[in-house]
This record gives sequence, C-alpha cells and structure tokens, in this order.
Amino acid sequence: MGSDVLATGGPAPRIGRLGRLADGFAWPLSTSHYLELLNPLWARHAAKARVEAVRDETRDARTLTLRPGRSWRPHRAGQHVRIGVPVDGAREVRTYSISSEPERWQRDGCIEITVKAVAGGRVSPRLVRDTEPGSFVDLGAPEGDFVLPDRPAPLLFVTAGSGITPIRAMLRSLAARGALSDVAHLHYAPHRRDVIFAREIGWLAEEHAGYRLHVVHTREPGAARAVAPHFAPAALTEVCANWREREVYACGPASLLAAVEAVWGARDALGRLHVERFHAVRATPPADAAGGRVVFARSGIAIEADGSTPLLQVAEKAGLRPAHGCRMGICHSCTATLEAGCVRDVRNNRIVADRGAAVQVCVAAAAGDVEIDL
Amino acid sequence: MNTTTARVPLSDREIEALGAELDAMRAEVMGSLGERDRRYILRLIGLQRALALSSRVAMLAAVALHPWWGHALAGWRPFLAVLGIGAIGLGLAKILENMEIGHNVLHAQWDWMHDPTIRSDAWEWDSACPADQWRHSHNVVHHTWTNVLGKDRDVGYGMLRVTREQRWHPFYLVQPLSTVAMALFFEWFIAFHDVELNHVLDGRKTWADARPLLARIGWKARRQVMKDYVLWPALAGPFFPWVLAANAVANVIRNVWSFAIIFCGHFPSGVHHFAKSEVAGETRARWYVRQIMGSCNIEGGRLFHVLSGNLSHQIEHHLFPDMPSNRYPEIAPRVRALAARYALPYNSARLGRQLGSTMAAILRLSLPGPTPAARELQPA
Repeated sequence: MGSDVLATGGPAPRIGRLGRLADGFAWPLSTSHYLELLNPLWARHAAKARVEAVRDETRDARTLTLRPGRSWRPHRAGQHVRIGVPVDGAREVRTYSISSEPERWQRDGCIEITVKAVAGGRVSPRLVRDTEPGSFVDLGAPEGDFVLPDRPAPLLFVTAGSGITPIRAMLRSLAARGALSDVAHLHYAPHRRDVIFAREIGWLAEEHAGYRLHVVHTREPGAARAVAPHFAPAALTEVCANWREREVYACGPASLLAAVEAVWGARDALGRLHVERFHAVRATPPADAAGGRVVFARSGIAIEADGSTPLLQVAEKAGLRPAHGCRMGICHSCTATLEAGCVRDVRNNRIVADRGAAVQVCVAAAAGDVEIDL
Repeated sequence: MNTTTARVPLSDREIEALGAELDAMRAEVMGSLGERDRRYILRLIGLQRALALSSRVAMLAAVALHPWWGHALAGWRPFLAVLGIGAIGLGLAKILENMEIGHNVLHAQWDWMHDPTIRSDAWEWDSACPADQWRHSHNVVHHTWTNVLGKDRDVGYGMLRVTREQRWHPFYLVQPLSTVAMALFFEWFIAFHDVELNHVLDGRKTWADARPLLARIGWKARRQVMKDYVLWPALAGPFFPWVLAANAVANVIRNVWSFAIIFCGHFPSGVHHFAKSEVAGETRARWYVRQIMGSCNIEGGRLFHVLSGNLSHQIEHHLFPDMPSNRYPEIAPRVRALAARYALPYNSARLGRQLGSTMAAILRLSLPGPTPAARELQPA
C-alpha cells in the first residue's frame, strides 16, 4: 500500500483461511472492497469512521462525534489519532487528540475529536465549518504515550487553548471510574467565551471536590490580576500547593510548553512532566526560496543545490542512483517523500511544502533547505 | 539538419510557442482539479464493482433456470438469456476496470488525491499483466518513446509489421492470423509485453533477466485463472462448465474491445513514425509535436469515450498522460484548434474508419513491399 496510508487499528487483522479463500473470488481486490460499497465501516482494507454528530464548542471549535469502523481498537485517554479528509478532492491528513474517554466508546461505539480552526489552515477551517453528519473520514489507529499513569496519583494539568482536548478525555475517564480524587487543572484562554468545554469542566469541578480547576483569561480586562496572565510558577500555587510532587500533563501552544519545561527543568523534575505537542504540517517557504542544502535522508548525503536543478540530477551528482523513468515528469516513476523543507515544481513554479508529500524528483528543485527520502 | 522540420513546417520558435501553450493548458487543468473529479472516479469505481458483482451473481442465478430443474421458469431460453446478460455485464465491468479505471489510475492520473488505494503504486488491475511491469513498459517506455522505431515496443508489439518503415520478414506473413489471436487473447499478450520474450529468444536478453518477470506474471496469472475458471464456476456445482464458459466469454469481450481501441491509437493510416536520430536532443515542445503526430483519436459519444477508457482521446492522453481522463473530452476541442493553428495533423475519425484502415494496413504489410529510405519517412 502507499506510504502515507493511515495504519489500521492494532496488529493486522487476522484473516482466516476462509477469509483468504473469499478474497480469491474478488482478486486482486478483497471482499472488503465490495462490503465497502454497502457500508464503509465494514471495510477491512481501509479505516473509516462515520460522522455521527457535530457540536460547536466555541465560535471556532467544533466537536465531531465519530463512529469508527471494524478495525478500531479502544484508545487510552490522552491519545491522538490521524484523520484524513478530502479538501478540494485531495486527501489531507491531520492529527487531533481524542477528546472523549474510552469508557464512552465501550458504551456506544463512538469517539469524539474537537477541532479548532487554525487561521489560514487548509483543513481545520473546513472541518469546523463544513463537516456534515453522515459523511465519512479516514481514521487512523490511536497513537501517543500522553496517557494517564497506570496507578492512581495526584495529577496536575496545565493547558491552554485547544490543548484542553486530551485533558478532557482524561478528566472524563477519571470521573467515569470514580477516580477523580486529587486533580489540579490550570487552563489558559484569551476570553471566557474561548474556553472549550467551559460548562463541562465547570460542572465537573462543582460535582467533584477532588478536581480543582483554575482558568486564567489572558485577555479579559481586569481579570486574574492576582495571578500572572501567562504561565509562571506563581500561577501554580493558586491551584495546588504540592505541584512539585505531582505527575504533570501539559498541552498547548509551543510558548506555554517551553515555559513549563523551563520551570520543571530548573527543578530537575522533567521525569514527572508529560508534554503533548501539536506540530505544524506545512513548512513556510522562505522568501528567497531558490536552492539550498539538500539532505538525502536514506543515504545521509548532503549537498548544496541551486533553485533550478531538479533533485534527480542533484542526487545523481552526489553519487546516488535513484529510480527514474521518463525524466520529464509524466511517468511518476521517480516519486520520493518530502521529509522537510519545500520544493518547487520547475514546470509551473508551484511550491510543495507538506511534510510527507510525494514529489516527482525529476521536476522538483530545492526551494530553501530540503530533506528528501532518497 | 533536423529531419523533423522536413515534414513539420514550423520554425524552432513556433514549436517552442506551441510547447508553452500546451504547458499553460496543462497547468490550468491540473490546477483546477477538485471535488468533482474525485466524485467522478469514486462513482465510477463503485459502479464498476457493483456491475462486476451483480454480473457474477446473475450467472449463478442463471444456473437456477437451467432446464434440468424442470420448474415453471426453467428452460434453455431463460437460462441462456440470464447467463448471457451475466457474461456481457462482466465483460463490460472488466472493460471499465482495465481501461477507464485501471489504465488511468496506473498512469498516476489520480495520485493527486493522495488516496491510500487509488494510486499508481498501489493499484493492481483485473488483468494477467502485473501492474508494475505495465507501468514500466507503458508509462515509461511507450509514452517517452512514442512511435520511435526501435525504441517503442508498441510499434507492432514485437510481433506485427504495422508500418512500412519496419523491414519485412517472412515471419510477418502469418500476421493476419496472429492479429486474430491477439484480439481474442489480448490480456495474455499484454501480460508478456514487458518481459520481451522475442528478445530472450534471439539472445538480446538473458533468461536470468526474464525469470523474475516471468515469476511475477505467473503469480498474477495463477490468481486470475483461479478466480474466473475455478472458484466462481465451483459455486455452480455440476453446472460449472456453463459459468466457466460465460467467464471466458466475458474475458474475450474485454480482450477484443480493448484490442480494437488500443490498435486504433497509433496504427490507423496517416499516423507518423520517427527514427531515433530525429528525436535526439528533443525539447519538451518537440515531444508534444511527436505526440500529436503519432497518435489518433476515435470519434464517438460520451458513453463510447468512457468505455474506451478515454483512449478515444489518444492525442490528449499522449500530450498529458497524467491528467485525469474525465478532462480529456473537455480539452479536446482546444487541442484540435491548436493543432489547426500550427498546421499539425489531428488524426481523428469514427471507429469503423480507424479500425478499418488499421486492419487493412496489417493485411497489406504482411506482404513485402518497398521500405522507404531512413530519411524519407512518410506517413503510413
């Protein structure tokens, strides 16, 4: 299968002899390809989920309730998942934290992801605005080790903005198990109306004495003057005295995570700190994008290239012999994966900046520093 | 001196202008690909799979109407009618899968969708030919070297003399018969296209080179034969010969149709062939010119275009092999007008005429005749 296929849930589904025989009737397809025509959730060869419901959380965040297909295996609270959706016909893959608890999936077979629209983004604004119940998305397997500790322990959550999404799953999971006994939560958001799940976590704090929540509205006039508007150790003492001894889970923008890591690093307590980072998928093409340093990931060779020589020739000059065909961009035999940086298609000057994109190296030149899987 | 200019009355600057126009056309179309194109291929694939499955089920249902059962609905006429519908339906499904879907997906026409299954390096088609060998012999060799004698294996497929520039040999006397064999069993001739058995037999290639390719053809052929001639017939129990025969008919329907469409792509009268020396140092614009002069279109309605895999737009396909095929009918009038403006031939006629002139040429060229000198290359 192609290199960017979303992993189907868990180990490869074991197909018995009868299943393989049945596939022989459909070869080179499988029975799954025909079942997919009736219900995409029955497919074994593809991992799909049906959008059951959508719910707006704030003006730019929406929760999608998804029903995964038969290849799904239960997740752990705090894990994330890759979603594939077509945008103008081409599938884009983005990663989102699962904002619902695994106990919910046990109950009704559904999970939730909460998407916040990124300004200028290609996928998140579409997901937030245009997703309709009844449509289907590609759904990868749950990933990540940003999960609760196996044994109950006092916890501290430090979140900002959409970083609250994995924490909501953790809070709901703890509440469902009756284990929400000693949890402190410090959350930052610009305004009261920007707090995703505001009502829900407020209700949880009211119902559970063991859950202490402190929300800081960083742009609200006059609010939270007693506490620093941006993260600092002083803010932590507001929410719990023994923050140094807790297992800490931090999720939010890079600036928050850097501040948190600095504080815990200074106290040599990074072992108790768990961090979930949201990565950008697209590199920004540098302003003077014309040539740069080309790194060939597989062979480790690095070489300088100008902005007009196709990477195929650059690789050959560096002593490599990549697979190729027509050498003019029509046969697609020379495609390689873009690991980092941007390339320019010399035929139409279009820039490709997505990490993981397939580029035809016979017609792609470096636009800045590039790392390519050759 | 560049011999192309002898029959293409265009200056270098005009040729480069033509190239720029076609580059712009490609950029415009490729930039406009979107949701409607995606819906086209997804709907087509869904339709093709539904047609294939229901045709196979129809064949089994026909078994219940066999006169042996003796009930009110049983009889030779209903049995053969339903069986025939199944065979024709399966033949159509195989045609759609091989041509409008398979050939085009393998051309990377739909790779832009980043779909995990509808992509050129993951698709395996319903044919004895392994997809990876097809992508080499067709996408790389045929499309780069289109109609260049000695480089493009599609000029005669290593078996036929289709243009006067090929030197006559007594072997070609049987080509009317081998053409009929090709038509009936086209799937198998395509399967062995990349391994170049004639080169192995006359020593240009070693058996050691051919063995891995042959092994892979065996891998595909085994499963195709199992599916059509063992597994599905087995479901019919003692009536299996009928289902086996119906599946064979479906394969022959696909073979003959695809043979006819493909032979009309580069063999009708008026098409141009090229010598290796003519294409040395070819620019992209000159490559475009060779594609226009070396390809032929077939005229027809919308259904005909879909059933021919849009190879009825062979010229547009050869100009833009990785452009989604549903766009070829849209750009065809623009390409025809461009060819007219640059005084280039635009070989396009109805199926009867294109196929007729192809078959006439194959008959005529099976006999010896004058071979033009290398420099005076004339249209076939």
